[in-house]
Parts: sequence; structure tokens; C-alpha cells
Amino acid sequence: MKRRFGNTAALFFALLSGIIFGLGLILAGMADPAKVLAFLDLAGLWDPSLGLVMGGAIAVGLVAFKIAGKRSSSFLGLPMNLPTSRIIDKRLVIGGMVFGIGWGLVGICPAPAFVLLGAGSIKGIVFLIAMLIGMGLFELLESKRK
Amino acid sequence: MMIDWNNFTPWTALAGGALIGISASLFILLNGRIAGITGIIGGLFRPVMHDAGWRVAFTLGLIIAPVIWLLFGQLPEIKIDAGYGLLIIAGLIVGYGARYGSGCTSGHGVCGISRLSPRSIIATLAFMGTGFLTVFIVRHILGA
Repeated sequence: MKRRFGNTAALFFALLSGIIFGLGLILAGMADPAKVLAFLDLAGLWDPSLGLVMGGAIAVGLVAFKIAGKRSSSFLGLPMNLPTSRIIDKRLVIGGMVFGIGWGLVGICPAPAFVLLGAGSIKGIVFLIAMLIGMGLFELLESKRK
Repeated sequence: MMIDWNNFTPWTALAGGALIGISASLFILLNGRIAGITGIIGGLFRPVMHDAGWRVAFTLGLIIAPVIWLLFGQLPEIKIDAGYGLLIIAGLIVGYGARYGSGCTSGHGVCGISRLSPRSIIATLAFMGTGFLTVFIVRHILGA
């Protein structure tokens, strides 16, 4: 049981990271799908906010990932799970393009979908359930492919 | 291009973005994990869930964030114009596509670009590209 759920500090910081991520999304206005769509609407009245959200996040992240890249274990002594794949293939591009279509249709991507659940948005919850089914469908088709 | 100066919120966008960056930084430096929601959730679909704890904890954090926000003030407006049918279709597409492309706005967009990963930069260009295109088609060609 202990091994299955990892140590308490790791769980605490995972929870804390999730909370900070969610608060960041709310503060940035990114929990509001209409504001996300206003960024994606270049030809309409354009709201560049999302670009600054990404910029702000990346500016901070650059430093952390620079440090992380030089370490083999985290500051809690956990293995550093940095992605190792460098393959740019059809799956990466097509998957991204497909995701972007869904994102452009309603203005919701995976992280804000969970924030919408916590905010009690019925429409957000409907999207979240469909998204989880979509992810499950992916797993199902992948397991059949192998 | 016309900038919507009335709704453009540069300071809260930057501050919120910085919080997201701090979250991703804490998560990689302390937990040794990428704060990519698609990957975090994807791992919960696996038959062997030896590492379910941190995945559930991070996701729970996202869910309770608005509840914590409410302790200090009102939530900003949440406006979803899409109807239920479109929400279901878009949800299926987002879930399937993000898993197929190994990531979404958080994993590729924030963490991947922060790592200067060419893979994530390409993925981000791909979903940003079709995101822009989709809104253009829906709003300016179909006129919905």
C-alpha cells in the first residue's frame, strides 16, 4: 500500500502543484473558455492574454527545467522522469492537430476541464466526461493495435 | 488584426502564467514529474496503477483550486457558449487527440517548451495552428 501510493511528501507536493496550477489558470482567466476562444480568434477582436500566460509560465519553467536537466533525482530523492523521446512523427503532429480542433471548437483543454469541474460548471463537467471517454477510447484502440 | 483592449488582461495573464510555471517547476524539481495533465490522466487508464497516488493528488489539486479561490473571493466569469452536443464532440476529440499526440497545452505547451523540446514545440505549433484555424472557420466562414 505504501509503495503503491508513494511517500507522503510526494503526495503533498503533487496536491500543492495541482492547486497552484489551478489557481494560476483561474487568475489568468484561462478557466473561462470564452477568453481562450478570444485568443484563438485572430480575425475577430483579439485578446492576446493566453499568449502572455504561456510566456509567463515558460519564463519560470525555463529556469526549473534547466536545473532539472542536470539532476538524476528530484530534491525529494525521487527519480527524475524527464521525457526521453525525441521522435517527431505523424502521431505527434496529427494528435496535436486533432486536439487543436476540439480545443478551437469550445475553448477547453484538459487542465481547465478539471478546474471547471471544481467550479461546478455543468457544461464543463459534460466536456470533462466526454474528454475522459476520448482518452479511454485511445487506450482501447492502442491496446488492440498492439 | 484588432486587439481587444477592453478584455486584454496582461498583468493577471502574466501573474497566472507565472503561477502555472511555479507549479510545473515544483512538480519537476520535487516530484520529478512533468505537469502535463494529459499524461497524468493517461497513466490512470493503465491496468497496473502502481503510481496512481501522485496522479490523483495533482488532479485533485486542480479540482479544488476553484474551491480554495472561493474562500477569498468570487470566481471570475466562466462563459461557455457551446451547446451540449458540441461540448461532447469537442471533449471526445480533445481527449483522443491529446493522448494520440502525447500531450496538451500543459505538457507540450508549458513544460515541453520550457525544456526547449523540439517535439513539444512542433506539437504546440500543431494544436495552436488547428485551434486558430477552427475558430476562424467556425466564426468567420460558417458564421456561428
